[in-house]
Amino acid sequence: MSQPFRTEKGGRIDRAGEISFTFDGEQMQGHAGDTLASALLANGVHLVGRSFKYHRPRGIVTAGSEEPNALVGIYRHGDQTPNLRATQVELYQGLEAISQNRFPSLGFDVGAINDRLSMFFPAGFYYKTFMWPKSFWDRVYEPVIRAAAGLGKPPQNPDQDFYGNQFAHCDVLIAGAGPAGLAAALAAAESGASVILCDEQAEFGGSLLTETNATIDGKAPADWVAETIGKLAATDNVRLLSRTTAFGYFAHNYVALAERVTEHLSQPDPKLPRERLWQVRAKEVVIASGAIERPMVFPENDRPGILLAEAGRTYLNRYGVKVGHKVVIATACDTAWQVAFDLADNGVEIAAIVDLRESPPESLLSIAKARNIRVEAGCVVTGTLGRKRIKAALLGKLMTSGQVASGGQVDCDALLMSGGWTPTVSLYSQSRGKVVWDGDKGAYVPGKSVQKERSVGGAKGLYGLQATLEDGYAAGEEAAKAATGKSAKVTYAAASGGEPGEGGTLGALPHDRNASKVKAFVDYQNDVTAKDVKLAVREGMHSIEHIKRYTTTGMATDQGRLSNMNALQIASGALERPMTDVGLTTFRLPYTPTTFGIFAGVARGDFFDPVRKTPSHDWVVEHGGVFEDVGQWKRTWYFPKPGEDMHAAVARECKTVRDSVGLFDASTLGKIEVVGADAAEFLERMYTNPWKKLAPGRCRYGLLLNDAGFISDDGVIGRLADDRFHVTTTTGGAPSVFATMEDYLQTEWPDLDVWITSTTEQYAVAAVQGPKAREVIAPFIEGVDLSNDAFPHMSVREATFCGVPCRLFRISFTGELGFEINVPRRHGKMMWETLAGEIEKHDGTTYGTETMHVLRAEKGYIIVGQDTDGTVTPQDAGMTWAIGKKKFDFVGKRGLDRPDLVAENRKQFVGLLTKDPKVKLEEGAQITTAENPATGTPAEGHVTSSYFSPALDRTIALAVVKNGHALEGKTLYVPMPDGSIPVEVTGPVFYDKEGARINV
Amino acid sequence: MKRYSFLELAKNAFSAHQNWGRQWRSPEPKSEYDVVIVGAGGHGLATAYYLAKEHGVRNVAVVEKGWLGGGNTGRNTTIVRSNYLWEESAALYNHAIGLWQGLSQELNYNVMYSARGVMMLAHTVHDVQVAQRHIHANRLAGVQNEWLSPEQAKDYCPPLNISKDIRYPVMGAALQRVGGTARHDAVAWGYARGADDMGVDIIQNCAVSGIRRGADGAVEGVETSKGFIKAKKIGVVAAGHTSTVMDMAGVRMPLESYPLQALVSEPVKPAFPCVVMSNTIHAYISQSDKGELVIGAGTDQFISYSQTGGIHISNHTIDAICELFPHFRRMRMLRNWGGIVDVTPDRSPILSKTPVQGLYVNCGWGTGGFKATPGSGHVFAHTIAKDEPHRINAPFTIDRFRTGRLIDEAAAAAVAH
Amino acid sequence: MLLVYCPYCGVERPETEFSCGGQAHIARPVDPSAATEEDWVNFLYMRSNTKGVYVERWRHTHGCGRFFNAVRNTVTDDFLSFYKAGEPMPDLEELAKEAGK
Repeated sequence: MSQPFRTEKGGRIDRAGEISFTFDGEQMQGHAGDTLASALLANGVHLVGRSFKYHRPRGIVTAGSEEPNALVGIYRHGDQTPNLRATQVELYQGLEAISQNRFPSLGFDVGAINDRLSMFFPAGFYYKTFMWPKSFWDRVYEPVIRAAAGLGKPPQNPDQDFYGNQFAHCDVLIAGAGPAGLAAALAAAESGASVILCDEQAEFGGSLLTETNATIDGKAPADWVAETIGKLAATDNVRLLSRTTAFGYFAHNYVALAERVTEHLSQPDPKLPRERLWQVRAKEVVIASGAIERPMVFPENDRPGILLAEAGRTYLNRYGVKVGHKVVIATACDTAWQVAFDLADNGVEIAAIVDLRESPPESLLSIAKARNIRVEAGCVVTGTLGRKRIKAALLGKLMTSGQVASGGQVDCDALLMSGGWTPTVSLYSQSRGKVVWDGDKGAYVPGKSVQKERSVGGAKGLYGLQATLEDGYAAGEEAAKAATGKSAKVTYAAASGGEPGEGGTLGALPHDRNASKVKAFVDYQNDVTAKDVKLAVREGMHSIEHIKRYTTTGMATDQGRLSNMNALQIASGALERPMTDVGLTTFRLPYTPTTFGIFAGVARGDFFDPVRKTPSHDWVVEHGGVFEDVGQWKRTWYFPKPGEDMHAAVARECKTVRDSVGLFDASTLGKIEVVGADAAEFLERMYTNPWKKLAPGRCRYGLLLNDAGFISDDGVIGRLADDRFHVTTTTGGAPSVFATMEDYLQTEWPDLDVWITSTTEQYAVAAVQGPKAREVIAPFIEGVDLSNDAFPHMSVREATFCGVPCRLFRISFTGELGFEINVPRRHGKMMWETLAGEIEKHDGTTYGTETMHVLRAEKGYIIVGQDTDGTVTPQDAGMTWAIGKKKFDFVGKRGLDRPDLVAENRKQFVGLLTKDPKVKLEEGAQITTAENPATGTPAEGHVTSSYFSPALDRTIALAVVKNGHALEGKTLYVPMPDGSIPVEVTGPVFYDKEGARINV
Repeated sequence: MKRYSFLELAKNAFSAHQNWGRQWRSPEPKSEYDVVIVGAGGHGLATAYYLAKEHGVRNVAVVEKGWLGGGNTGRNTTIVRSNYLWEESAALYNHAIGLWQGLSQELNYNVMYSARGVMMLAHTVHDVQVAQRHIHANRLAGVQNEWLSPEQAKDYCPPLNISKDIRYPVMGAALQRVGGTARHDAVAWGYARGADDMGVDIIQNCAVSGIRRGADGAVEGVETSKGFIKAKKIGVVAAGHTSTVMDMAGVRMPLESYPLQALVSEPVKPAFPCVVMSNTIHAYISQSDKGELVIGAGTDQFISYSQTGGIHISNHTIDAICELFPHFRRMRMLRNWGGIVDVTPDRSPILSKTPVQGLYVNCGWGTGGFKATPGSGHVFAHTIAKDEPHRINAPFTIDRFRTGRLIDEAAAAAVAH
Repeated sequence: MLLVYCPYCGVERPETEFSCGGQAHIARPVDPSAATEEDWVNFLYMRSNTKGVYVERWRHTHGCGRFFNAVRNTVTDDFLSFYKAGEPMPDLEELAKEAGK
């Protein structure tokens, strides 16, 4: 029979049609409105998984997100998502689910041998063994442990789905839409506040969807929910987010929500994201996360068919599913009795209500009596039978001595338990609030608010429908008032029924069994038993954090929401210290496991990090150029012609630049406009060089240090007018140089009359370099006499390029006659294409960063960040010439005087030539004095740059070497795995040492 | 101390594990010790262990304001490696690697040191240059480190995305095979058990509120929540709280304490064989023996003792993880937490005597202290016992910030032209 | 993601618009050459790294670009005050007392 455990009527499922799904390949039927868990239960399936360590058969325990056992893999798009809670997976046509952590099948799992051997696997056993023989750890033990661990199988293929991200602001954010949350939303919305109401479930209403024994304003609770949601939905200032979990509470009332958008749909719209991250800045937060029921810790409390009592009621009233035909209720509190009554009223046989308490309330006893339900008061369950499904419960009678006397056995096919209620304080705890112990409630409840939040209802241990509603309304009013200063007269709905229950228990229950043989589970998923907790204490783990880490209790995917309080009580007993002295572990985000995809959001592929392109980009793509990533920039690395590899392309480009002319895109260089009466004084203080005497129209190489005295950046600076400089920086250094300048200007020298502006993005820059550079640019430039006399090396002019205003620099990073033309960026493409066409007429070439690097290395020009590494001073770099000796101060001046910066034996910038001109050193290779240095020999330095130089027809290298300036002509060694390479120390300039080629 | 072994485990199994002894005691402090260590993290406990073991200094107390191993020791991503650039650093971390290799046996406590290899990815030409420089320097220094092509990297770590089409394609990787992970809690517990067995008193829930100095300026002891404890030598190993503790002795420190986040996924079957780090795109990932993907995120931009960080920091890290391992996008975050890391200006630690006689400090490990735990404790114990640094930690003084003789691991990875 | 107030713009904005510039009121010696080694190392590197009420610099990098100072409790990350660069440091004890109320 299909769905043998489905009730004939009732519940919120759509009985009109059946939908099919499979579990471990077996086809079953359910209804829209089911969760996978409720559908499985309707089909009589309790066994849904295996536990982590002992591979014990496990069934569904809860009806919520705290489910520890019913974790399944869901197949979709040919891949699976592991560890989804069956209690949260909404059923859709064709859903494919599989069980986890079992081999070869759920019914027969070889891993279950662990359960037989469990006496050898107490808490922390792995710390005590697997140490001999030593080599076995890596090769045998660890691989076995790793293969055994883990629950589901990870996804195998790249995720094809996408994820959304949304920022939102509101006056009042309400997390949880049960009675308290709904009332808070009504009150806040009526007060005129903007409200976001979210709930992790598919439907709003929380416990109201399960409650059938109460009315609100005379209506069934579920009807009141529908009406309330209708009212809220019709209000402009309210946003309702179902399937949305508030999972993270950050500083300054910043709350992160995860919305599941399409996962519940059979045929999702491909335009929708799978999930969406909401980042909400709320003026006030109302935490209405409710409370969850606590399992009871008795031997064999983990068999399939054992559920929390309220879950049994939820499956019945909300999903129309009976968890069994013959049910034992084990409880220590009143609320579970109502579960029994509801079940009995729906034709389920209640085998017994076993209440820990000697005298449960008369009111309950009389109802039970009226229904002819067997009641065992002052009794506990001391064990259960049935491996893959509970068959019977063992009862024990509590004696006044504290002993337990056997109370016989009751047959059943399900057992519902309730150890009482635990307020869900996760979000409060995440908000940095400290929970306090409430002895009357037997629970940790939120203490003082640290952020602008308030917990309401079950989340603060307040129960009973009327009280919860009132609390919710009041919180909504207060939150709205705090956020907006406004309040309105709100009418509270009145409830009848749904009275609060009394009672509850914590920790392991007494029993008459052999304590060393039985297992009473505290943390189901991680297979932590009461014995494990006691063992940890016996071994000296006296902090609750140690107990948690040693036993792994509370570290499962429910993060201890089910287990923490029981574990704490057991620990407290073993420690013989009050619970409040033992302390509670901290709740961390996320509240429930949260998909990585929503954190990453749209940041994938090109959106992972912005791509910065120069105006020549498209042209380069068309012409087959190869790019390299430099920070966020795409820079052209080299331009291979058909058949050329990188080496050949670079060799050709280098030769062409030196022989005729080359065109290079220098747009990525940082540019900063420094303007004002004190502009020269400002640069004087920032850079090592003197600037005051630099004439307008002239340029100078600038060297920038940090105040520690080390080189941090460099670039050419041109003076356009007395009060205006055009500063260039390295590509990577642009943002930090600008920030550093602002820092000094604003905070150290606010007296200076200077404005600085980053203009990196304002200009496109083309470098034309080579003997024919002047001929190339001449046809397009107007307003400047380009002759060497009128416009010498290191000059700058404002002119036009093809009629477009430009800043024309005569500078060179190649050692050849060179110009750099800056035009407004929008003309960059025109400039590049114009020059590229012109270059061709002169047998020139476009060239990329690699050729630029080779050409500058031939000239011994440093690249900051490659030849320097943040530990190099100007003296080290052989650049004392760049220091203005008479300057009162500049950034880094004092730093340079520090003892180690003036010490002997500093590494200095030199050139290296291998004895064999064909051998190219590897960049980063170390340098020693000994030909065959012993391991551990300190290096004398390292190779910073190394290239084949077409101009010299040999290899060249730059390096930093201890006392290198004094070693010119000496032989050193570069030890490599296949032998040492002898090198001769030279000056760093290899080509055109006189600089004749520049001044033509 | 009862030695742990499989035999012992089996024996105890038959007595229902009722007879295991305490791993460490919970003593009340004595009035005086030869040495007081402030901070019972991995480094502090290791220091006490080696003081007792190698220097015969057993009259030692380790005072801890919370629970032992509860700071960064219990909050890090458990990565162990030693392929640092500068000879000084490589020597220090490699010293630790040597100790890691025999640590389970040394402590008779399985710390699960797993040499599964640490792979550091290069995404740009500059990354390649930096990685190569490390490899060459490491080879000369005797530190294992090797270069892998993208294909070799993929062979070593099959989930790695080496497509050329991603934003920052993988251009290769530096692999240290001897690097890997260890079980962080076990390291603290193993050292605690070993030290306790030799007579060291580990005093938890005992906050230090002052450092008393005599007329000659030398230390006399510590004021604590459990009273004054006399000691001629005090070793401060307080990680993120070092500035606060040192301030009690009037010593200013070149430190700033930042929130550092880490996170784990839900546990899954083996999916990730090694440790992968990418400094350029900020991703650090491995899989624990329990099956969780362990992911290191970055620090916030401001100092904080809140032990929490902003979501944008985690977002950024998960972006990077999902970019490199796109099938992990469907995995889920189980837990996210923060530590407080003390960072020095040159990103290298301080293991040093101080201007105050009898006061020693071990701090500044920033985001990478776990890997050094055994080596750090070992040389710091030497420094305290002999009142002079061990050869290996001699360069790691406080004074280097005055002289300018920095050990700048961060600068060496500077951004290129 | 902290919420930062820019005293120049008069608005609260998310932290990602700003850069934190470290401890405030550490002045660079006016005549660095006359500074002692100790002065200089204090200026460069020594920070109070206070656990509690701390004064730090922020810059509205993606806004007005101005530097300003903020008083923040580094244990809770709550801001107690924001003020413009150049204004005197407020009485931290007083601020702490007020915030504790």
